[in-house]
Amino acid sequence: MALLEVKNLGINFGGLRAVDGVNLTIEEGQLYGLIGPNGAGKTTVFNLLTGVYKPTSGTIRLDNESIVGKSSSQICQTGIARTFQNIRLFNNMTVLENVKAAFHNEFKYSLLASLLHSKSFSSGEKEMDKRALDLLKVFGLDIYADEYACNLSYGAQRKLEIARALATNPKLLLLDEPAAGMNPQETSELMDTIRLIRERFHVTILLIEHDMKLVSGICEEILVLNFGTELAKGTPDEVLNNPEVITAYLGEE
Amino acid sequence: MVRFLEQFINGLSVGSVYALIALGYTMVYGIARMINFAHGDIIMVGAYVLYVCKSIIGLPSIVSVIVTIVFCSLLGITIEKIAYKPLRKAPSLAVLITAIGMSFLLQALSLLIFGANPITFPSVIKVSPIYIGSITISGITIITFVVTFICMIGLTYFVNNTKAGSAMRAASEDKPAAELMGINVNRTISMVFAIGSALAGVAGFLYISQYQSLMPTLGALPGIKAFVAAVLGGIGSIPGAMLGGIMLGVIESLSKAYISTQLADAIVFGILVIVLIVKPSGLLGKNSIEKV
Amino acid sequence: MEKKASNNMNLKNNKNFNKKIIAVVGIVVGYILISLLANGDLLSRQFKSLIVPAGINIILAVSLNLTVGFLGELSLGHAGFMSIGAYTAALFTLNMNLPGPLEFMIAIVLAGLIAGLFGYLIGVPVLRLRGDYLAIVTLAFGEIIRSLINSFKFTGGAIGLSKIPRYSNYTWVYVLVILTILLSYNFVTSRYGRAIKSIRENYIAAETIGIKVSRYKTLTFAIAAFFAGVAGALYSHNFGILRPSDFDYNKSIEILVIVVLGGMGSIRGSVIAAILLTILPEALRAVNEFRMLLYAIVLIIMMLLRSPDLRAKIEENEKLPKFIKNFGKIKEGGI
Repeated sequence: MALLEVKNLGINFGGLRAVDGVNLTIEEGQLYGLIGPNGAGKTTVFNLLTGVYKPTSGTIRLDNESIVGKSSSQICQTGIARTFQNIRLFNNMTVLENVKAAFHNEFKYSLLASLLHSKSFSSGEKEMDKRALDLLKVFGLDIYADEYACNLSYGAQRKLEIARALATNPKLLLLDEPAAGMNPQETSELMDTIRLIRERFHVTILLIEHDMKLVSGICEEILVLNFGTELAKGTPDEVLNNPEVITAYLGEE
Repeated sequence: MVRFLEQFINGLSVGSVYALIALGYTMVYGIARMINFAHGDIIMVGAYVLYVCKSIIGLPSIVSVIVTIVFCSLLGITIEKIAYKPLRKAPSLAVLITAIGMSFLLQALSLLIFGANPITFPSVIKVSPIYIGSITISGITIITFVVTFICMIGLTYFVNNTKAGSAMRAASEDKPAAELMGINVNRTISMVFAIGSALAGVAGFLYISQYQSLMPTLGALPGIKAFVAAVLGGIGSIPGAMLGGIMLGVIESLSKAYISTQLADAIVFGILVIVLIVKPSGLLGKNSIEKV
Repeated sequence: MEKKASNNMNLKNNKNFNKKIIAVVGIVVGYILISLLANGDLLSRQFKSLIVPAGINIILAVSLNLTVGFLGELSLGHAGFMSIGAYTAALFTLNMNLPGPLEFMIAIVLAGLIAGLFGYLIGVPVLRLRGDYLAIVTLAFGEIIRSLINSFKFTGGAIGLSKIPRYSNYTWVYVLVILTILLSYNFVTSRYGRAIKSIRENYIAAETIGIKVSRYKTLTFAIAAFFAGVAGALYSHNFGILRPSDFDYNKSIEILVIVVLGGMGSIRGSVIAAILLTILPEALRAVNEFRMLLYAIVLIIMMLLRSPDLRAKIEENEKLPKFIKNFGKIKEGGI
């Protein structure tokens, strides 16, 4: 049974068919790549998977359960977490709080406990602190725990966003251009981190990326989108040698 | 029936003023994405300027009206430069609060200059009423219709058929892209504030001709109601502002006549709430999808 | 590393414990001070009469700060919630014949609950809105409430209510102020507070990490309205008379001015600003006419200080004292 099964996914914006007839099957534990030229509809696919947009057609099933029509927060609870192309951190909150916010549905003490700062509040917070610090340590961010998120370097912000997404304990992690704006060394570090989190958190990963080296280096399977439709699908070697893909990326000869 | 028609015409007249104010709101919101809370108070400033020109200095009516419009226009540009421009990249909450501050500032200044007591100011419009059967349409109502209609036509032409107008439309769609196409966005925003505030000046002149009593707070409520009108018609849409303004004027006038004077405001604001819940884009507005 | 972290936690716990003791001592000392001020000869009659209004303003500002500072949504109808509480409490004490303190206590709780219920009801339909639109809807609700109160018979219409028992005194106000501050502080430092702050920071990201944005918006509106209702109850039992015009748009803005001056997201700031802005107009008699001007300037200057360019300049300048640098900044969590 596949973890994620997307069939015939499509969405219209006014008259524009932004995504059309996309099929995607991701097995548990896979590292899947989603590539395509600018405006191919990659981020739109992410927005459809996470309930930010509602699809006009098609089905999305996670663990054989339909998630179409659910809100983003419900989808998060069924097990999909994501990062954003243009980083969306909670800037005026500390690094620690950014992660703790994502524990929201895991450590549920009541409103009354919050108002009175009762025992379940303190034990919940303590446990959250510990877990959050552990998670931050994986990314080497624990030393910045009390720093405001907006004061982090660009690379660290990207990492924090991944950490925050992982804190929701997802089955499927969607990474939207995690290497954007990074230099080659940071990119190769990031590749290691992505492999590491797959091992450590037993999470399936779908990532959007422009950096071909990164995609072909770590992804087991790739889907290429162009103008909102599927252009090619397969292993990195198959896809990157596909003449249609080369044309889409480099233009006609 | 006669009473109904009279109330209806009265509503059209009040609604025309709302429409003029709503045009300013819509244009400013369309380009600056902010509710200019001070917009209503520019009407008040306009009314006082007219009073100073006409009753204190003794200028001829037509000159007074022109001075009023120019003054309001300059005031609008100045407010934008001082208070809103520095906050263009700040969160919308900050801009909104500044706009409320500006609204208070204008009221506070006119309170200090002219005092809190109402000043009676007879209408500068001297046009004789029209009688149709047993219905009377006052000269002020006729002038209000005519002026609003001219402003509306002029504005539509300007936005759709001039270079500056297309710059405005471009900037309201996408500021960075407009900038890349060589449009001076800052100047375009200034221009929008100038035009919107000039319309508020015209509205001030028409409003004070109808009510004939000056108070520092006179612009606040019509300002907010005109915003309701702009939302009702669909914010960003010029015909929408017109339609919303007139509808709101008629609804208000009829509720005052047939339901209750005290509840008229509640009804007007109730409409806003319903519109925003049922169709936030308003009657003639476009739906927009937020980009993530 | 691990050890260090756990050490830090122990330190933190100790700190928390010490903090609690300091807080308890502070509250007691505060009460002694207040009763000295209210009963002694330190203050003139005029200033003694400001103790209750100052407390009411603290409650209003701290609660509005939950919405504006922590949730990040502008609410322009806070006076509307206050009026619901004021009328609820007044109608209760006017129609009941219970012993004074008991009657007042029930009236206060009832005022808070009814106002909170309205806050919730208003939150439900508008939860899809945000920013400018939400602000204007709260304004609309404030005005709707006012014109309804104005037209109902049982609220006394435009004349309002009078002969309300004057139960409000410094003890009631002090206790309620402390409760408001403590509960608000606890709320914003809990997972609920974290949720609403994350909505303020980025509602899309908040939603995708599983926070139900609309639920927390309504919850915050309800809690803020609850406290506004409590403040209303104190208000109606202070002067003994109530008029719908006491609760207009300008009153809502007055509370907003306090929040903005004290710093959005700072509870301590709201407390200080509330006291300052209650006393200042009285202390400087001449300024009374300039009150509105003062409000306008506070709003504009405080916001302009947040302009990204100006902020950078202020922060680079090392000569400026720290408190000026902190002006207008978003502050976190602090009490």
